[in-house]
Amino acid sequence: MEFEHMLFTSEHEWVRFDDESDVVIVGISEYAAKELGDIVFIELPKLGADVDRSEAMGTIEAVKTVADLFAPVSGTVVEVNTALDGQPELVNKSPFEEGWFVKLSMSDRSELDHLMDHDAYQNMIGES
Amino acid sequence: MTELKKTPLHDAHVELGARMVPFAGFEMPVSYAGIIEEHRAVRQRVGVFDVSHMGEFILSGPGAFDYLNRVVTNDCSKLVDGGVLYTVMCRQDGTTVDDLLVCRMPGGQALVVVNASNIEKDFAHMRSLLPEDGTVTLEDASDRTALLAVQGPFSRDVLKSCPLFSPVKDTLDGLAYYNLFRYRIGGDEVVVSRTGYTGELGYEVFIPPARAREFWDELASHGKPFGLQPVGLAARDTLRFEASFCLYGHELDDNTTPLEAGLAWVVKLKKGGFVGRDALLAEKEAGPRRKLIGLELEERNIARQDYPIMHGVEVVGKVTSGTFSPTLEKSLAMAFVDRDRLDDAYSVQVRKKLVGATVTPLPFYPSRAK
Repeated sequence: MEFEHMLFTSEHEWVRFDDESDVVIVGISEYAAKELGDIVFIELPKLGADVDRSEAMGTIEAVKTVADLFAPVSGTVVEVNTALDGQPELVNKSPFEEGWFVKLSMSDRSELDHLMDHDAYQNMIGES
Repeated sequence: MTELKKTPLHDAHVELGARMVPFAGFEMPVSYAGIIEEHRAVRQRVGVFDVSHMGEFILSGPGAFDYLNRVVTNDCSKLVDGGVLYTVMCRQDGTTVDDLLVCRMPGGQALVVVNASNIEKDFAHMRSLLPEDGTVTLEDASDRTALLAVQGPFSRDVLKSCPLFSPVKDTLDGLAYYNLFRYRIGGDEVVVSRTGYTGELGYEVFIPPARAREFWDELASHGKPFGLQPVGLAARDTLRFEASFCLYGHELDDNTTPLEAGLAWVVKLKKGGFVGRDALLAEKEAGPRRKLIGLELEERNIARQDYPIMHGVEVVGKVTSGTFSPTLEKSLAMAFVDRDRLDDAYSVQVRKKLVGATVTPLPFYPSRAK
């Protein structure tokens, strides 16, 4: 797994960024997916919605529990992963690739500075 | 916080990489391969559950069944040797102490199987009702009894292929639903009961703790050709939910009567006196103040315990259990609704959102256990 262009929140979301673009991909970490267990339903924000950093922008329903999906950065939703509609289990199977949630066009790139790199995240979850 | 108890199969669960959680004072496996995979294994093939945390009481003495018939709501007087009965026991006011199985052992003893979380409460309740003349003795055998459930369409085939069961293959074939038999392996007594909590053909095997690992390992190796899967508490819950069996702490609790929970079929008001009879008779005549119903949600959000049931802008009930049914592939819930607000459709307050729900008959999944 390539973690060089990935950053993490303390709420277990990840952001994959590109130095050339303001569009980031958002998902949840493998650790979070495992903790939630079997995911059966995902509610995502609508295309074009504006979200604020740390705002609950979606819902993740697992058999045993429910969790909010928080926006890791502020911006506009430019794409949602429609594959999750029929196959929410993709988040369990492939949290860093096929199980992504949304693409956001960042309104303030400097918000990335609030996020953790992979090493810091691994430290936080105690798996360094 | 006292230290969590371990079942005799604790090490086996850890070796399998199970996710372990505290439950009813025990460290228990909540899942192994994943809840939905385990759930489907039981519906389609066979699963094994360690339910050694359950409580077992032994009642002995000439008055044991007369006593039990005064303590529980169902009619134990018709039980023959080897017969098993599902029942509840109530307080004088009709509220439910626990739901339980009463087994009539060959020889006249009673084996009573209770919920792990209620062992101490049940024991105290039953002890307080013992006759003073000493004709009945009550013993808690929970710590010297391991309990494994083997459930699913291939459960009988798996048991018959285990060496521990080779002496009783024919008995297994002839064992009817809600019956048990007892046999000896060496000096150890094993009880096999055709009961379960999944809605599938299945067996529950009471075995001394020292034999539990041997049995578990036999099941693992001889169950492999049948696709046997170890199943944790989470899938045990989704399986019983689909079959719409009550779970104490959800559909039943200290403030709920069996009539409210749809268990009138285990309340035998005509059998003679029993604890709670007067209250339950009065409740039956007046009609229970709320009813347990089944709901199908219009969206795939999960209705979880205590989420409000809305009728227009009014709160008219609450969810007792809900999940996304792996078999029916729908979001379903059981809920209590006030009796004067019974209707065909409601909405469920799922966090900040109202989700429409239509009433659907219980059970969601008709049992195939018989």
